[in-house]
Amino acid sequence: MGKKKKKFKLTLTRKRSMKGFLFVVPWLIGFLWFYLRSLFMTVQFSLSELTVSPGGGYTLDFVGLDNFIYAFRAHGTFKQVLTTSVGDMLIDVPLITFFSLMLAMLLNKKFKGRTLMRAIFFLPVILNSEAILDAMGVAASMMVGGLSSAGAEVSEATSTGVSVGYYIQMFSNLGLPSGLIEYVVGAVGRISSIINASGVQIIIFIAALQSIPGSMYEVAKIEGATAYETFWKVTFPMVMPHIITVVVYTVVDSFVNSSVVTLAYNTAFSEKNYGLSSTFSLVSTLITCAILAIVVRFIQKRTFYYN
Amino acid sequence: MGMDNAAEEAKKIAPKKKSADADLVAVNPKGFRFIKIDKNTKSRIIDDIKGFLLGLGRWVILIGVAYVIIGPVLGIISRSFFSDADNYNTMVYMIPQSPTTERYEIAFETLNYSSTALSTIIYSLTLMVLQVLMCSMVGYGFARYNFPFKKVLFACVVVMIVIPTHTIMLPLYMTFANFDVFGIFGLIMGSSPNLLGTVWPMYIMTFFGCGLRSGLYIYIFNQFFRGLPKEIEEAAYVDGCGVWYTYFRIMLRNAIPSAITVAIFSLVWQYNDTFYAKLFNISDSTLLSKRVATLASTVGNVYKIYDPNILQLYMDAGIVLVMLPLVVIYVVLQKQFIEGVERSGIVG
Repeated sequence: MGKKKKKFKLTLTRKRSMKGFLFVVPWLIGFLWFYLRSLFMTVQFSLSELTVSPGGGYTLDFVGLDNFIYAFRAHGTFKQVLTTSVGDMLIDVPLITFFSLMLAMLLNKKFKGRTLMRAIFFLPVILNSEAILDAMGVAASMMVGGLSSAGAEVSEATSTGVSVGYYIQMFSNLGLPSGLIEYVVGAVGRISSIINASGVQIIIFIAALQSIPGSMYEVAKIEGATAYETFWKVTFPMVMPHIITVVVYTVVDSFVNSSVVTLAYNTAFSEKNYGLSSTFSLVSTLITCAILAIVVRFIQKRTFYYN
Repeated sequence: MGMDNAAEEAKKIAPKKKSADADLVAVNPKGFRFIKIDKNTKSRIIDDIKGFLLGLGRWVILIGVAYVIIGPVLGIISRSFFSDADNYNTMVYMIPQSPTTERYEIAFETLNYSSTALSTIIYSLTLMVLQVLMCSMVGYGFARYNFPFKKVLFACVVVMIVIPTHTIMLPLYMTFANFDVFGIFGLIMGSSPNLLGTVWPMYIMTFFGCGLRSGLYIYIFNQFFRGLPKEIEEAAYVDGCGVWYTYFRIMLRNAIPSAITVAIFSLVWQYNDTFYAKLFNISDSTLLSKRVATLASTVGNVYKIYDPNILQLYMDAGIVLVMLPLVVIYVVLQKQFIEGVERSGIVG
């Protein structure tokens, strides 16, 4: 009797887990079919030379690491494009993270016109289309005296080193490290693109700030903490886990919009060099994943988990 | 700030008897009392000034940033009304002297706006519904049930978020160029069909939970369902609801805040998407975002306009037309969207 009951119970839980598995099955099929298979195919393509046959199929000739060797030794622009993309990513990600955290804190306070302000700040998320962004870039450059055009001027000036060079000289004479100055000047030049890239991040941070229990701030106030201390001892640690989310999102987003992807796309669909294109995609993805792994581990060590 | 208050309060309590008069009353050297400022009012005034300055600082930053966002949009809108003369008159800034709606008329016609916009909206809406249904289902499965290899499979969801689709674009292209399921289509029709140029690749991928940013949506739903109390389902289960009935009639209704968030995200991103549209070569007459890219060159060819600066004006009008449906949706759903974001499991 007891044995029977136990058996019945087992099948019930198994039945339940089977039903739960049914929820996941469509996605699992899709994942195996589109993602996993495609990842293997990308690796395969990058190790072969691919020729499209007239019937619609294709044939693969295994060439070993030739594509990789070609990409790093002989290709004209790949290394350069890759380094600039990675460099841009490394500069942009911390800027976007802190900028969006700051804005989220400003938008989270109660003040008149908050709804309107939030609506404006989420606008870049809505108008996030290639065509629209291109046109906006043109419009921004047409607006004389606009901040974005000022930014463009600054970055232009830094690249040619004409007018801003004087100030850079002045600050470096003051003893500031030149790396820092270049970073700040670069940040000012990028302000428009940084603002436009931080819509989703602001949303995530606002949601994170809302989830901090109000009692924590009350305690901080009673204990006599200043606003500065409250930020570093309460807000920042509580937001920390979401910084990982934001950083991951930003890194992936900036990779998707980087010039490596464009290069890979053009290599495949303009030059019809599919094997090389797969190599480009693979190398850049591996580098992105490495960056992600390092950054996430770095932040995770310093993260405090409330629950 | 808080520290100051506390310190002041402490002082107020301690030396009250000693220096009551000297502290509370400002005495004119000539001997008569003119203003009475007690400490409370003083600290309140300081707080008021502090608050005002902080508020001012906040508004300066917010307005500055808002200008960077809004400025180009306003620029596009105003320039889309410029006539040829306005475009070359350096005195004209933002407000055209002789406004014209010609840009809109021609852009409207060239884009074949009403039918293209309709088909784009139908396309994005269908995909939105699919995304919400499939991703919420998968998210629910991960959040509530235990099955073998659950952790590994959820890691796969994260892999989907982290690895951009660009990495696998070629295999996807190849897959849909000769679309086949275990050779079944090949057997029936003689050759495997080429789905490129149609909207089917997107529908199929989204149906199998691998559409545009599906990984992110699965993650959002998973976080949300994990936050719901288990008692809801237990009650439903005791009342004799099946798993599917519980999911569709009870859980999905509770998930409306995050469903709205996901719905808006997926609608907007799908509407704006050009990557998949280009990869799967979806025809220009179906998608507005793809069609507007060629607007300037088409207008140039048809109306024999060779000046790129003038063509840019038509482009601006076209962009306004493309943005219009999005802005309408956003204005209507803005409140639900922001509230949904705050309450939904985007953060967990």
